[in-house]
Amino acid sequence: MAEFKAQTPCAGLLPVTVGDLRLTEVVPGRMTSLAPYRGRVAALSEVMQAAHGVAWPEPGRITGQAAARALWFGREMALLIGPDSDESLAAHAALTDQTDAWAVVHLEGRQAAEVLARLCPLDLREAVFAPGHTARTDVAHMAGSVSRLGPQTWQIMVFRSMATTLVHEVEIAMARVAARQNSLM
Amino acid sequence: MRLGCPICGERDRREFYYQGAALARPEGEAWAPEWDDYIHNRDNPAGVTRDLWQHEQGCGSWLIVARNTVTHEVLGVALATEAGA
Ligand SMILES: [Zn+2]
Repeated sequence: MAEFKAQTPCAGLLPVTVGDLRLTEVVPGRMTSLAPYRGRVAALSEVMQAAHGVAWPEPGRITGQAAARALWFGREMALLIGPDSDESLAAHAALTDQTDAWAVVHLEGRQAAEVLARLCPLDLREAVFAPGHTARTDVAHMAGSVSRLGPQTWQIMVFRSMATTLVHEVEIAMARVAARQNSLM
Repeated sequence: MRLGCPICGERDRREFYYQGAALARPEGEAWAPEWDDYIHNRDNPAGVTRDLWQHEQGCGSWLIVARNTVTHEVLGVALATEAGA
């Protein structure tokens, strides 16, 4: 029998550090997309709270903490990140395992927002895009998900097949932001 | 250009894909001049136009956008599911 060995989407590519900017891969346990049946959002939110301690996220918002998060993931769609989804959720929503489908990275640093501003067309100022906010958007021409987990901590997700391109694009943006910073000193 | 998605808020044009004129679909299955108009004939207004756009790189919603082709003013954005297309 052949032996298979699991590889993470960004294996061999990360971490990358440029100045105080740091890009790392995150392997977030289970990821399940939740697509609630018509009129069942409230009921779904209740069983989500009971089973995982996270409520259904409103558009553009994240609920929960690192151990279990629900990320708004598109129209009438959320992504449960962390735990295996409880059976009780299946009565109210279509559940799809996405665990190996996405590359997930964290970008951290004082100028992380400046790096992201080069890659996606969002207003990233903290007054507009605060910690706990999330968006589906264009990340260097890829369909992505961008979330602000903390003032200087961002999570970026793209399809797993785009992992190398994502790392390449973010790395270039990090180097350019850092170069600008150095030239101003 | 920016469009105010009813779900995501104001977003850059790059996140949207143009899907054509927003037209009322004719009733019935029988061929009629209205079907000819629906499939083939388009106005090219200098002024207000009503089009379908999809928030492809955002929430995925289909939207009906009213805008003025002369002034580029966006007059209104509504979800296609609610406004009818
Ligand atoms: Zn949208």
